[in-house]
Amino acid sequence: MTVDPTLLLAADGPVTFPILPALILTPLLGALAIFFVPARRDDAFKQIALLTSVVTGVLSIYLLTAFETGEAGFQFVVDQSWISEFGISFHLGVDGISLFLVVLTGVMFPIAIMGAKITHDIKSYYGWLLVLMAGSMGVFLALDLVVFFLFFEVVLVPMYFLIGLWGHGDRIYAATKFFLYTMLGGAFMLVAIVALAILNQRGVGGDLTFDLVQIAQNQAISTEAGRWIFVGFAIAFAVKVPVFPLHTWLPDAHTEAPTAGSVVLAAVMLKLGTYGFVRFGLYLLPEAAHWAAPVMLTLGVIGIIYGAICATMQKDLKRLVAYSSIAHLGFVILGVFSITTQGIEGGILIMVNHGIATGALFLLVGWIYERRHTRQISELSGLQKVAPVFAGVFTLVMLASIGVPGLNGFPGEFLALLGAFQTARWWAVVAVIGVILAALYLLWAYQRTFHGPVTPGNEHFRELRWSEGLVIAPLLALIVFLGVYPAVMLDRMGPSVDALVEHVDEQVDDFERVEITYVGASDIPEPGHDDDSDGPASDEHGEEGE
Amino acid sequence: MSTLLAALSQLAPDPGYSTPRIDWHGLAPEIVLSAGGALLVLLDAIKLERAKAWMPALANLTLLGTLIPILTLAVEGSTRSLFGGSFVVDPMSLLLKAMFLVVGYVVILLSTNYVAEGDYWESEYYTLLTTSILGMVVMASARDLLMIFVALELLSIPAYMLAAWRKGGRTSNEAGMKYYLMGVFASAILLYGMSLMYGVGRSTRLDVIAENLARPEMQSGVPIVTLAMVFIVVGFAFKVSAVPFHQWAPDTYEGAPTPVTAFLAVASKAAGFVALIQVVFYGFYVRPDIIEPLFFVLAVASMTVGNLIALRQTNVVRMLAYSGIAQAGFMLAPFVVVGDNFDSALSAVVIYLVIYAAMNLGAFAVIIAIARKTRSAEITSLGGLFSYMPGMTVAMTIFLASLTGIPPLGGWYAKFSVWSALLGAETALGVAMAIVMAVNTVIAAYYYLNIAKTMWFDDAPDGDVAPVKVPVGLTGAVGIALVATLVFGVLPGLLTDIAAFGPVSAALGGG
Repeated sequence: MTVDPTLLLAADGPVTFPILPALILTPLLGALAIFFVPARRDDAFKQIALLTSVVTGVLSIYLLTAFETGEAGFQFVVDQSWISEFGISFHLGVDGISLFLVVLTGVMFPIAIMGAKITHDIKSYYGWLLVLMAGSMGVFLALDLVVFFLFFEVVLVPMYFLIGLWGHGDRIYAATKFFLYTMLGGAFMLVAIVALAILNQRGVGGDLTFDLVQIAQNQAISTEAGRWIFVGFAIAFAVKVPVFPLHTWLPDAHTEAPTAGSVVLAAVMLKLGTYGFVRFGLYLLPEAAHWAAPVMLTLGVIGIIYGAICATMQKDLKRLVAYSSIAHLGFVILGVFSITTQGIEGGILIMVNHGIATGALFLLVGWIYERRHTRQISELSGLQKVAPVFAGVFTLVMLASIGVPGLNGFPGEFLALLGAFQTARWWAVVAVIGVILAALYLLWAYQRTFHGPVTPGNEHFRELRWSEGLVIAPLLALIVFLGVYPAVMLDRMGPSVDALVEHVDEQVDDFERVEITYVGASDIPEPGHDDDSDGPASDEHGEEGE
Repeated sequence: MSTLLAALSQLAPDPGYSTPRIDWHGLAPEIVLSAGGALLVLLDAIKLERAKAWMPALANLTLLGTLIPILTLAVEGSTRSLFGGSFVVDPMSLLLKAMFLVVGYVVILLSTNYVAEGDYWESEYYTLLTTSILGMVVMASARDLLMIFVALELLSIPAYMLAAWRKGGRTSNEAGMKYYLMGVFASAILLYGMSLMYGVGRSTRLDVIAENLARPEMQSGVPIVTLAMVFIVVGFAFKVSAVPFHQWAPDTYEGAPTPVTAFLAVASKAAGFVALIQVVFYGFYVRPDIIEPLFFVLAVASMTVGNLIALRQTNVVRMLAYSGIAQAGFMLAPFVVVGDNFDSALSAVVIYLVIYAAMNLGAFAVIIAIARKTRSAEITSLGGLFSYMPGMTVAMTIFLASLTGIPPLGGWYAKFSVWSALLGAETALGVAMAIVMAVNTVIAAYYYLNIAKTMWFDDAPDGDVAPVKVPVGLTGAVGIALVATLVFGVLPGLLTDIAAFGPVSAALGGG
């Protein structure tokens, strides 16, 4: 079930120990163990879930340290044939783009498991959470289209049950809506995947293959077919992100999900879609992605503004956080579809940092709900006086979510806007409004909830417990650390992102690469010129201009 | 008088005549099965009451015994052609025979307690079931219109009786009557089509028909060819309950004893599909201009109508009936590319058929197990199932997820292979079919999900959550279906190895 640590130490170089399969199999084995432990042993389940998820988390952090910085290609690659008739294989690998999402998954699940209490059906709750973890890991690691699809669909089922069985209020409606929306996307994606593989085979000859890397390198399909196939993928990813107007499942699902479900949904599941756009949009179908960029940028900006406006109007604290996710992921779309190194790097940074900050926000809102059994902003007031530490923690997380410089929300949004400004200027200009709105809705919500007089019902609001503090402490540390030192991520993702933009540049004729070189510390780029810029990134992956 | 003499003289052995060499090994499965069936009848006639307890075990042993020659034939792996090519034993037919036998085995496991505890004739039940399976096993090898028709009647007539097996039950009698009338109506249409086909194809053997139909002068301007093909396909469309020939299915499924419903929905439907495979992939494939649009209409209508009506069902058996109609649509889909992607289409249908048998049978097995407690097939009666039958709930969830097409369960791979066949053909019809199928997959997800929702989230309708004991046979049946559903999803290579029978179609000149 767990991995012998000596094996890890003995690992000489990245290939000796199959760490990527271990990342998927460890939680899966944990789920199996839970399945076979009799239901009456209530106390065992949380421990099994915690143990296996922590082991997976440690493995993912080990992956981070073993990852070869400065390498653009896939590392730790495993390729095991599965359905040879169709050329499908368990091809797993990690590069600078997926690395941090894997680590995010590894970190957020143990925290979600620790941070939320559940009172009924304990066995299946932890079982489903571990299946979800395995599935999420699989999505980020898969380099085979069918294997990717497999994990992409598998995560649906545990999430459905997590919302439906342990959610609040209108949970069944929310769960069903979530399932059907995602299923709709999935069905079209499978058709697109099959069509892509077949057309690729027609284009280059040889055996049928579903290998992401091979198909992406071949680029053997016609422009028109590529665009249709992109639409198939885009529907699936747009539902998952969610991109306006396919977002309506999200507020329901996030609000009604149990705390751990919301944390995982926000931190990991939404990233399946944005990651999909990077990997299966830009990398796999660069021409079509470039073709669709104006539409995607527009939808991204609409998401930013619309999410922010909706968040402002919410009366329910959790729903507010849910709508803020739509806005944040709009920035990811904006950055990614700017197709610049900065924009994509910014997009990936937001993916990770939104995961940390929003995950933490959902935990805090969950704890407020545990204490007060309400999430209505109007019923909460003056909490700061009763629980100052709780309020302090909330403030820090909220500021990170707003994107205050020095905290982790900032570098991503900055880079995404920077990237977008070079290739999609007016979109970036409109998107900036979203930054202001984010400050508005979050600060306003904070003001109403934590300031003001202590109204009846809130006098005995319990201060942050030690146990809760320990759960959220790693997230707070990350919020500060990644805010002041994002280079730890940028250094590792830089080469892969550069290679990705390079790949788009090679494959798309009418694509013009716009890049800024990093030299100095404080130069603000002048749009359109090949200027220097401020950037937290080191200069080593700077790239000469247009 | 002289004519009579001439006729008599013909009876005298022709000096050049020698007894046809019969390939006993190739026929061994049918022989074992017939012997077993005969033994069941004999035992019933001699021992009557005392034999009752032994009937299911004996029937099961017969089916398992029949698997032995199938295994030896499969190991040998050669293609055997008997009776002048009208009976062919090849890897595909062996796979299908094995499927029918395993399905039959599971249905008997499902029936044992159900029939013994209910008000049913017991001994004849197993005899009829075995006979019907014999028809199916023959169907898997039949490559001749007459052979196909005989197999079809052999498998159908016992099924008509089984549908009406509940003594004095009005719904059961209605089920049997409806099934019978619709069945013979379909047979009449089928026979009419076959006679026309004999006229234009100049033979009852499918390979000869294919040769004749492929001649240039038959390629256009012969409306009888179209008429014959449409009549034959429509005849089988009744059997597989494709829209618009599906009306009998929901009433028959609901009224028949549930194990019989499982048998009809899985084995009988599969047999209809096997017949369609035989006539289309071994005979009519030379005229894709007729076959492809015809199947496009049938497939689109079946999946869409089946799904939309299934959405509104409140009875789980009726829902499965309509979902089965929709699933039949998915299985008809690969026929749409028979002319352009012959091999992939053939293996897609066979793969879907085998996986569908596993998952649908599993779903019926769980429903029979649950009905032992709830005594009802209303969807609402499944409420709170998770709290008192968690194992069955998990199994049912897996079957439903597989029917929905969630990887890595069997149903996913079935859909995947159909999609690869459709898109691999690169025809407009194929692509259109693939998209219609994608939309229908989502519609179907809703009602499968609805059942899962009721089992997991709702409360038991009357608050009764006392656990119920499930007989070993039923648990075994669920287990077999579960293993098959999981294995075909995780290791589909097992199936594709057998279903990728390129040499056969190459020998026939198709593809």
